[in-house]
Amino acid sequence: MKGITAYGVYLPKLRLNRQAMVEANAWFDSSLKGLGKGERSICNWDEDTITMAVEAGIDCLSALQEKSLSGLILASTTAPFVDRQNSVLVAEAMNLSSQIRTMDIGSSQRAATSALIAGLESARQGNEMVIASEHRRTKAGSRAEMLWGDGAAALTVGDDDVIARCLAVATNAVDFVDHYRGEGSDFDYDWEERWIRDEGFMKIVPDAFSEVLESAGRVAAEIDHFILPTDQARTPAALSKKLGIRSEAVVDNQIASVGVAGAAQPFILLAKALESALPGQLILLLGFGQGCDAVLFETLDSIERFRPDRGLSGALNNRREETNYHRFLSFNNLVERDIGKRGEVDKQTFLSGFNRRKDLLTGFIGGKCRDCGAVQIPREKYCVNPECQALDSQDNFSFANQPGTVLTWTADRLTFDWSPPAYFGMVQFECGGKLMMDFTEVEEGTIDSGSRVSVHFRIRQFDAQRGFRKYFWKAVVES
Amino acid sequence: MASGIKDKVVILGMGCSKFGERWESSPSDLMVEAFEECLHDAGIERNQIEAAWFGAGIDAFNVGSSAMPMSIALRLNYIPVTKVENMCATGTEAFRGAVYAVASGACDIALALGVEKLKDTGYGGLPQRTRGVENDMYWPNLSAPGAFAQLASGYRAKHKVNGDDLKRAMAHVSVKSHANGAKNPKAHLQREITEEQAINAPFIAEPIGLFDCCGVSDGSACAIVTTPEIAESRGKENLVAVKALQLAVSNGTESGHASWDGSYLKTTRIASQRAYEEAGISKPKEEITMTEVHDCFSITELVTMEDLQLADEGKGVKDVLDGAFDAEGSNPCQIDGGLKCFGHPIGASGLRMLYENYLQLQGRAGARQLSHPKLGLNHNLGGFPHQNICSISIVGPYG
Repeated sequence: MKGITAYGVYLPKLRLNRQAMVEANAWFDSSLKGLGKGERSICNWDEDTITMAVEAGIDCLSALQEKSLSGLILASTTAPFVDRQNSVLVAEAMNLSSQIRTMDIGSSQRAATSALIAGLESARQGNEMVIASEHRRTKAGSRAEMLWGDGAAALTVGDDDVIARCLAVATNAVDFVDHYRGEGSDFDYDWEERWIRDEGFMKIVPDAFSEVLESAGRVAAEIDHFILPTDQARTPAALSKKLGIRSEAVVDNQIASVGVAGAAQPFILLAKALESALPGQLILLLGFGQGCDAVLFETLDSIERFRPDRGLSGALNNRREETNYHRFLSFNNLVERDIGKRGEVDKQTFLSGFNRRKDLLTGFIGGKCRDCGAVQIPREKYCVNPECQALDSQDNFSFANQPGTVLTWTADRLTFDWSPPAYFGMVQFECGGKLMMDFTEVEEGTIDSGSRVSVHFRIRQFDAQRGFRKYFWKAVVES
Repeated sequence: MASGIKDKVVILGMGCSKFGERWESSPSDLMVEAFEECLHDAGIERNQIEAAWFGAGIDAFNVGSSAMPMSIALRLNYIPVTKVENMCATGTEAFRGAVYAVASGACDIALALGVEKLKDTGYGGLPQRTRGVENDMYWPNLSAPGAFAQLASGYRAKHKVNGDDLKRAMAHVSVKSHANGAKNPKAHLQREITEEQAINAPFIAEPIGLFDCCGVSDGSACAIVTTPEIAESRGKENLVAVKALQLAVSNGTESGHASWDGSYLKTTRIASQRAYEEAGISKPKEEITMTEVHDCFSITELVTMEDLQLADEGKGVKDVLDGAFDAEGSNPCQIDGGLKCFGHPIGASGLRMLYENYLQLQGRAGARQLSHPKLGLNHNLGGFPHQNICSISIVGPYG
């Protein structure tokens, strides 16, 4: 069977301080005080399941020699489009070939592990990528709001250059409704934790667990990394004890630092295990939701040489504390904020125009002139170089991985922005192109002419009237 | 070889409405106010106007996209009327059309009118509007102050100017314009301010503060132009002639090519150089005696003075602080208050600038009258520093 050939992670930079959440909500539910430790990752206003998936996918590709993929599956219960394949959008933002197979998988907290099993069992040649990304909305003052986080992780599976080979897979499919989100609902509805633990985890996991070990011919005590994604802090240890897994093998769910990232949690924790694993170790990955998926991996020698650009440790370190709970509410549309008349302007996307400019808007593709070599964005019919101006002379040139510097900038407090002030300015790319761009994730006082930037795929605008959202690339000042 | 526009066309009359928050006035009301003054000044009947150019910059909050609103408002006699729109250069574009028509011999008397009704949006600042189907999908959601604040950061970086010094010079620009505007009964803002007020005002778009921004106003201005011969035959005295009319429009080099560093206005440099050549001006600092420049923001005026060669490159901060462009300075700028205080109804602004030059050259500028005005330069900049339209007009005594 195939194995994992690469992994990548993305966590939003913003981490909401849980004490701030408690201070805002304990007047209503004093039990939240017990959950007020640490922080959780939160999407900025311009991040969602798609943008995080792109970041995780790019991180995953960063350590692969061969960057062409045969397929891309996006696993999420929070994909922004119900009918517009989200994985294709992710693939185009990553500039992947249009020849690849794409698919969205959702509807369950084990969407990612089921997608992974499909990838591992696929007969296709070459690397296939599975990305899990999750940005769940939660009711204000809920336990879920306290314990969950946002994030994404990506894996590639294939036959060559494997870092962790798959020994066996198993699934125990059970319609156990610990929670659900019905059609038209924004939020989950769940049942009592103790019941979920006793009748769910403790009874459903063991069947899949036994099957996967049996088919691999291994025993519980051999497991070095035991991954049970859950927001129940003590259940993984309780279950490991029941199953005979060594207690030190339990992979922490990172509730204190990130929160549980829903369908993305299995992959985030797998990336965590892979980052610390030594060659020859066993990793058991579980996905729990309407049953249980179990996937058993054994790491190979190549694991020691493998490091993506960011990985989990990089994602954890790229952090900025947020103490304003109201900002979190606004970013998630949980309060009706007075956005002012400038925010009322119609934001319709003209789909034919969008389609015409899709290479620029989604792929961040510009042009490179064959006659004079000038790199430019956007690509127009005539070359931008005043000394050249050749017609139809440009080949596609990707700016998605191009570093640049800030030429001019401002912090605009007049224009509408979901997180004012709006930072934007002229970016001069090292390759020669230049573009007026939005900046995101700016900390006051950290940007100036000459600041180095990288570019990232983000939400540019919401069209709430029509249920659409626009994406484009933004510049982030490198710290 | 083209001989240029110098001394081929003169101003027969001009008019300008009171600028400001004209809640009570429709675009038609504003047009009529400017037109009545203009007709009276020109000493003609409306039926003597043979062709007209109508400038309005922002359709959505204004009068619509054709020439009909003006023809109807002014009850013009079924003459050819052309609607022009070129952002903040719109007023000068209307004037250019009328002047070229007369210069060509196609007609003897032509009208140019610009109007803008900005105060029907329900909020401060310029109306939020589309930049086109494709641009809207990837351009930053930049406001006008946000766009021009870029110029400050580019200028700071290029000339290694201390941010506080630049901010102080920007404040001086606004203080000067407020002092001038206080003497102008038609100006939108007619009170003086201090440098401290300007420096300490809240940021709109760093480093642009509230007092670095021009007024957003309703208003209209117009001109009737003819040949020098006709003007003289009608007994018009102190003829004010067009010496140069130039326009330079960005072609994407500034926004997309590394050759532009964001510290200056390329179109202004090009258009002004062409205008100086057309007017036969070789030493702008000495020959231009007054300027009305596009001070949409204080930083724009400061940089523009360099681009017009009225300050040496990189020396604008010093010259501004030395008072070179104050009313009593070597080269008075915005003697009527400028966009800053007279106000900025987009489509009217170019003609409003001409109106002040015209009054000054005719010796009719009242409390603002300069002692010996000779050549007056008007400068408009439509769009943003990285992508814009620059118009330059120069007027002076005929002959």
